[in-house]
Amino acid sequence: MKLDATEEQQMIQAMAREFAETAIRPVAAEIDREGRFPHETVKRMGELGLMGVAIPEPWGGSGADTVAYVLALEEIAKACGSHAAIMSVNNSLYCDPVYKFGTDAQRERFLRPAAAGHALGGFALSEPQAGSDARNQQTLAVRDGGHYVLNGRKQFVTNGREAAFVLVFCATDRAKAHRGITALVVEKGTTGFLVPKTEDKLGIRASDTAELVFEDCRVPTANRLGEEGMGFKIALATLDGGRVGIAAQAVGLAAGAFERSVAYARERKSFGVAIGQHQMVQWMLADMATAIDGARLLTLRAAGLKDKGRPYTTAAAMAKLFAAETAMKVTTDAVQVHGGYGFIKDYEVERYFRDAKITQIYEGTSQIQKLVIARAVLGGTE
Amino acid sequence: MKILVAVKQVPDTATQVKISADPRAIDTTGITWIVSPYDEFAVEEALRIKEKRGQGEVVAVSLGPERVKEALRSCLAMGCDRAIHLNDPAWNDADTLVTSKALAAVVKQEAPQLLLCGRQAIDDDMGAVAAQLAELLGWPCASWIMEEAIDGDGKTVRTARQVEGGLEVFDLPLPAVLTAQKGLNEPRYPTLRGIMGAKKKEIRDVKAADLGWAPEPPQLSVVTLEALPPRPPGRILQGDVPTAVKELVRSLREEAKAI
Ligand SMILES: Cc1cc2nc3c(=O)[nH]c(=O)nc-3n(C[C@H](O)[C@H](O)[C@H](O)COP(=O)(O)OP(=O)(O)OC[C@H]3O[C@@H](n4cnc5c(N)ncnc54)[C@H](O)[C@@H]3O)c2cc1C
Ligand SMILES: Cc1cc2nc3c(=O)[nH]c(=O)nc-3n(C[C@H](O)[C@H](O)[C@H](O)COP(=O)(O)OP(=O)(O)OC[C@H]3O[C@@H](n4cnc5c(N)ncnc54)[C@H](O)[C@@H]3O)c2cc1C
Repeated sequence: MKLDATEEQQMIQAMAREFAETAIRPVAAEIDREGRFPHETVKRMGELGLMGVAIPEPWGGSGADTVAYVLALEEIAKACGSHAAIMSVNNSLYCDPVYKFGTDAQRERFLRPAAAGHALGGFALSEPQAGSDARNQQTLAVRDGGHYVLNGRKQFVTNGREAAFVLVFCATDRAKAHRGITALVVEKGTTGFLVPKTEDKLGIRASDTAELVFEDCRVPTANRLGEEGMGFKIALATLDGGRVGIAAQAVGLAAGAFERSVAYARERKSFGVAIGQHQMVQWMLADMATAIDGARLLTLRAAGLKDKGRPYTTAAAMAKLFAAETAMKVTTDAVQVHGGYGFIKDYEVERYFRDAKITQIYEGTSQIQKLVIARAVLGGTE
Repeated sequence: MKILVAVKQVPDTATQVKISADPRAIDTTGITWIVSPYDEFAVEEALRIKEKRGQGEVVAVSLGPERVKEALRSCLAMGCDRAIHLNDPAWNDADTLVTSKALAAVVKQEAPQLLLCGRQAIDDDMGAVAAQLAELLGWPCASWIMEEAIDGDGKTVRTARQVEGGLEVFDLPLPAVLTAQKGLNEPRYPTLRGIMGAKKKEIRDVKAADLGWAPEPPQLSVVTLEALPPRPPGRILQGDVPTAVKELVRSLREEAKAI
């Protein structure tokens, strides 16, 4: 078993680390406070090739792999959870399925600009009544000649306001239940495609989470990804990859909070010594370091399996579950190590603590990951 | 226009330098190596010149052991077209003059119109190689430049170099040697495509024999390295403001001898 990153993967990680530290971290507190989408830095991430990391070069991507992607994403998340959310949705939830399931004509129109960072993509599966139970799609698409007429409501779409393209899942045949779900690329600006609301959130506040409404929105059939009825399969396959990305985001948030905690534990004194000298603080730091490494290894394993084309559904669920739980625990303890100052916005750990929570919820809650893992453990199929 | 950039691989600025068992060398275990930051300015400027002129070639060159390939690969990832690695144990003890002579031999082979260097390498801060190169090549040299503009024909370069309180402007005929000061530009990050493409670009290994090099003993040799004495801890002056100010002035004058 080899765990060494290749020279390219190391260079990508080093570049992402330096960019995150010098360009993203200085704005992270401000965009969080103001709930402002970071156009400027996201544009630069696109120029650097971070918005289509594993997409082949001919389609506007960087031609790297999933391991490089998670290494880079961890570094971005270490500086800012919002940037990581924007990056992971564009890479994993939009570019990946359009590359994998799109025709060359679709890749040309819908993938190239998003992979090159000129436009953003989004992924609209969740609905008011379809979160964990994603099969329960109420958004309806009715065929009308060369178009689908789309009606319905999508909830909590990351990049929803900023995206030029959204991959929308909808029912084309209610009678067939989840086998009647279809995936359509809907372009921003299409008549009947409305973005009435963005959410005011606990964490990742600089990423836009939008409600999308479709009112007799006419989408060309040429925008359909895969066949009619293939949508749910596409969604599940996409979420496997997405979960590896969220795991990386969670590892990054944990690692960022951990770094601040170590620095603080060296500096802060109580009872005449640095608090890092107190065994109970050491205990917290030791547990943090161990859990972060474990989460990172699970994440890299899942990424490596994906790159090799091997089954990785369970590995991705385990990585996402463990990394998200680690992020929540580590950021909670990071606040604890900081004492009262950890509770204050001047210290970054307060933001990491809020940002970490979403990793236990989106792209399948921790409970849903356990369902996936249990199914594999009890002899399901992969 | 062909531009050569001479770069040196140095320990990362964050490195806590430790002296090794041999007191003439530093302990290199666990060190992260980087392209010396001033050399990055030089690489960036070379790439900008090429981009502005819409054509040309930027060649990174470095002398050092095998690990130097990583530094050259970083330059290729930033956009240099190819690289030359002076890689031979014959140069293990090279001082700045030996280094300059070896580099000068490569420069003569390559015959660029411009040679860019950093103002100094941040490891030993000698700042000698660029000037020695200019001397060996018989080329004019402007160091610590903050600005440069090459004329349309590529015959001369106007440079502004940093001097106390302002800029000193020179016109130099090309070929010439320029050394980059901080502020010349903001080096780009390598893009992912640049990184992925770096392996496909050429790094040519050059041995001493390829340059017709007769081994030459260095004229400078390190006698010993000494660690800086640990910095005494800071002191917080006690008492009310007038007392504290008096004590501050006294210690600045008598202890620090700063005033
Ligand atoms: C900031 C943010 C960004 C998001 N981005 C996107 C996006 O880009 N695209 C998108 O499509 N969606 C997105 N989502 C939606 C997200 O994926 C859902 O919120 C998530 O899947 C949970 O669904 P729900 O909110 O409806 O919760 P519910 O499904 O109602 O779950 C409520 C609780 O019940 C538990 N639960 C539900 N079913 C079971 C079960 N069978 N067994 C055990 N426990 C169960 C859950 O674990 C949870 O604790 C985003 C959400 C947020 C908050
Ligand atoms: C919102 C808010 C309201 C507050 N209100 C008040 C108030 O009304 N009045 C008031 O007087 N104070 C108030 N406080 C201060 C609060 O009581 C302190 O923040 C708290 O006692 C912790 O002290 P500290 O922040 O200095 O952390 P530190 O003492 O620096 O502790 C940092 C970390 O080190 C650990 N640690 C420290 N010493 C040891 C040890 N010997 N062994 C093991 N671990 C150790 C701590 O448990 C913590 O994890 C408030 C704080 C906040 C944030």
